[in-house]
Amino acid sequence: MTTAAPTTPAAGARERLLPAYWAAGVLFGIVLTKGELASWFRIQEALRFDGLYLYEVFASALVVAVPLFRLLERRRVRSLAGELITVPPKALGRGRRYVFGGAIFGLAWGVAGACPGPLFALLGAGVGVIAVMILGAMAGTWVYGYLRPTLPH
Amino acid sequence: MLELLHRPWPWYVTGPLLGLVAAALLVIGNKPFGVSSNFRHLCAAVFPRNVAFFKYDWTRSGLWNLVFAGGIVVGGFIGGVLLANPEPVAITARAHADLAGLGLHDFTGLVPQQLFHWGALLTLKGVLLILGGGFLIGFGTAYAGGCTSGHGITGLADLQLPSLIATVAFFAAGALASHFLLPLLISG
Repeated sequence: MTTAAPTTPAAGARERLLPAYWAAGVLFGIVLTKGELASWFRIQEALRFDGLYLYEVFASALVVAVPLFRLLERRRVRSLAGELITVPPKALGRGRRYVFGGAIFGLAWGVAGACPGPLFALLGAGVGVIAVMILGAMAGTWVYGYLRPTLPH
Repeated sequence: MLELLHRPWPWYVTGPLLGLVAAALLVIGNKPFGVSSNFRHLCAAVFPRNVAFFKYDWTRSGLWNLVFAGGIVVGGFIGGVLLANPEPVAITARAHADLAGLGLHDFTGLVPQQLFHWGALLTLKGVLLILGGGFLIGFGTAYAGGCTSGHGITGLADLQLPSLIATVAFFAAGALASHFLLPLLISG
């Protein structure tokens, strides 16, 4: 007797939806580049308090996302995969990981002018050297994983 | 018409679309919009060693996110190459003067050529900016459990306090770095 393939119905649904995630990623990549969120200059403009663009983008994104998220959760909407939609809560704990981790990321963001989404978009936009930055980010993530038990969270 | 497609978008197009992307991922498969977890999935896929943080089934929890990131690369090509803005970035005159004062002279493209090119890796400042910057982006976002997308959009849209703390920390440290570290890395 041959054993059944290890694909459960859930796994099947997961794979079926992969093109949809990909399409959402393509749209996000276009938003990042045409909306200049992947622009080093725009990030500097915001962080040096020389312009409002990035703040307007964040504010208007939240004006759309806050009520949409509420609606999806309160109305108990199901995703295309069939699950009830819930945004996983982040554990507050003592909150130190958010302060320290956020500050470490922020320091790099303030000079490199890129966060993870834009790194992938810039790679597609043909800024080849960004590949080195992504490798750096993998190394940084790995070192965090290694040191995780010893860091305050 | 073609010219219009190459023009950068105003904030009131960019922001709402960003919110829609986050909502779309929830609708598709109940996934929280975020990108930095991909570095973790890549580590888990490539080099998990014996580190507990990387010992999980990344194909189960992370494949959608990696596919999403693959889409971002393609979207970056569409928006940054096919529909690239040929004009210098339209930052405020104040930002322009501020950055020019630091020694920046080319304002075309998404990133300054002056700082982000292969040759920069032969200089200490270039290595610090590109490799060091990347390292801290990975370390910091993994430590904070999210980035400007995961905390700044998803977490804030869900009104979560940890994400507010993280976002304030990003912006505060980012402003400090831009004011005090950036001048050291640009000059010379």
